[in-house]
Amino acid sequence: MSQPLLSVRGLCKRFGGLIATDSVDLDVVEGEIHALIGPNGAGKTTLLTQLFGELSHDAGEIRLDGEPIDTLATPQRVRRGLARTFQINQLLPDFSMLDNVALAVQARQGHSFRFFADARRDKGLRQRAREHLTAAGLAHRAEVKVADLSHGEQKQLEFAIALACEPRLLLLDEPMAGLGHAESEQMVAMLSGLKGRVTMLLVEHDMDAVFALADRISVLVYGRIIATGTAQEIRDNADVRTAYLGEGDA
Amino acid sequence: MSEDAITHTGSPAPSTGRALMLLALAVGLIALPFLVQALGQPALVPLATRVLIYAIAAASLNLALGFGGMVSFGHAAFFGVGGYVVGILYRTYVDDGLFLGLIPGTSQLLITLPAAILIGGLLALTIGALCLRTSGVQFIMITLAFAQMLFFLFVSLKAYGGDDGMTIRRRNELFGLNTRDDITFYFICLTVAALVFLALWRIIGSRFGMVLAGIRQNERRMAAIGIAPYRYKLAAFVISGMGTGLAGALMANYLRFVSPDMLHWTKSGELMIMVILGGVGTLLGPLFGAAALVILETVLTSWTEHWQLILGPILLLVVLFTQGGLNGLFNRLGIGRSER
Repeated sequence: MSQPLLSVRGLCKRFGGLIATDSVDLDVVEGEIHALIGPNGAGKTTLLTQLFGELSHDAGEIRLDGEPIDTLATPQRVRRGLARTFQINQLLPDFSMLDNVALAVQARQGHSFRFFADARRDKGLRQRAREHLTAAGLAHRAEVKVADLSHGEQKQLEFAIALACEPRLLLLDEPMAGLGHAESEQMVAMLSGLKGRVTMLLVEHDMDAVFALADRISVLVYGRIIATGTAQEIRDNADVRTAYLGEGDA
Repeated sequence: MSEDAITHTGSPAPSTGRALMLLALAVGLIALPFLVQALGQPALVPLATRVLIYAIAAASLNLALGFGGMVSFGHAAFFGVGGYVVGILYRTYVDDGLFLGLIPGTSQLLITLPAAILIGGLLALTIGALCLRTSGVQFIMITLAFAQMLFFLFVSLKAYGGDDGMTIRRRNELFGLNTRDDITFYFICLTVAALVFLALWRIIGSRFGMVLAGIRQNERRMAAIGIAPYRYKLAAFVISGMGTGLAGALMANYLRFVSPDMLHWTKSGELMIMVILGGVGTLLGPLFGAAALVILETVLTSWTEHWQLILGPILLLVVLFTQGGLNGLFNRLGIGRSER
């Protein structure tokens, strides 16, 4: 196995007496879709948030491509190649879809201490943003203000913005949650289309989607990873069935 | 439709109505001194000058407050210090001494205005660097605290008049113009105001302006696309302080007087009221707001000294019913379209 793109060792996080992340070891290999599943409250989002630097961890180590990123703030991690989508949409509500994506493109192009030229007339910026929207199937809604979009469209926009950051590792926090059946299928198709080009760590409750997409799956229960393996291995794992799939007898 | 045309529909391309309104505004402001003289009301020229000066200060505050979402309750600090720059430089000039043993005085507007901008910016850099580590109510209170500290500093500075302030016997000089003349001084202020609004217009639409508006809407989102908000907020705060310092310098020239009154927290409040009255986060709103407040004050004080009693309900009505201040009201009346 080649050196993992993301390597987590002994990651811990406690909130008072609650252990949210309990000595987590996790490797995500370049090019794979790695799913992170677990019951509600297992600490999946908390783990993603620590990887992204929005929450500091108490102990352990996070490496991206061999380099420790523990001490970096979120914007610096983004510049190293991380991006995430949020379960609860984090968008710019007064801006159009195109503005939202164009800002991500702009951030990719270096600092924004440019005070004179009209950013909305910057051809390079708008063109690139439009391409990202087209890829996400949202081009026809480019000029619509985010506040006027449906929940599903906002979810897709979250995804388009994350891709506009051109990440090496994309952290996806329940991209299917709240989507209708058709939208959900569309999202699965989009993710599988990206497979191999962008490495993904996918937190998702939709098991059909997980088993269809993931190369490997890790199961998180009470902040601990109890198993990692292929879809088949996870299905067959007795611990997982007991703890999570609810089939075993304790 | 070409790609180009599609791309531009998202930007607030100036509609014909808006362009016409701007043109009418410009013509009106240029014609105003001659008009009021013809009408036999020359006292309106100084009034209009005051409107322009406050418009510069309010528009500068609006960059931080309206566009950047930084509710500063301490902008009187920059306004007052801008005024004191003019006052102290003038005093030093008259005494033929050196300020702090280093800086010679001057009464040249081309030096005092940039000096006020510089000092306003440096002060905003200092105050902003500390205050921007907080947000929300804490930010409001800490900016207020800094401004009040400066207020009491200048109250106790007996060398520069302390409580009583200091008189500036002559307005600053510019190219041998008679700056004492109301109309001449009006046009100086109009030119400066036009330049300030032009600069703000460019900044708001620039990459920096987009980032600033993004930070106002959602800092977490901005961090997630790789933008660290602090530096951008600080830069906006500094630009805001520079503009407000400039306005203070003009005000000291206008009044030929500077006192701690310009630093008092009520001045910060007045600037905020102008922004809210005119329209938070709009380019021209602060101009309308400044005009409304200055005219209301003038009209109402001629009736009663308790004029704020009437101002309060008016402000309330504007906030409750205009959805976006006077600027928003004008837009809905179809006078022109403004960007947000």
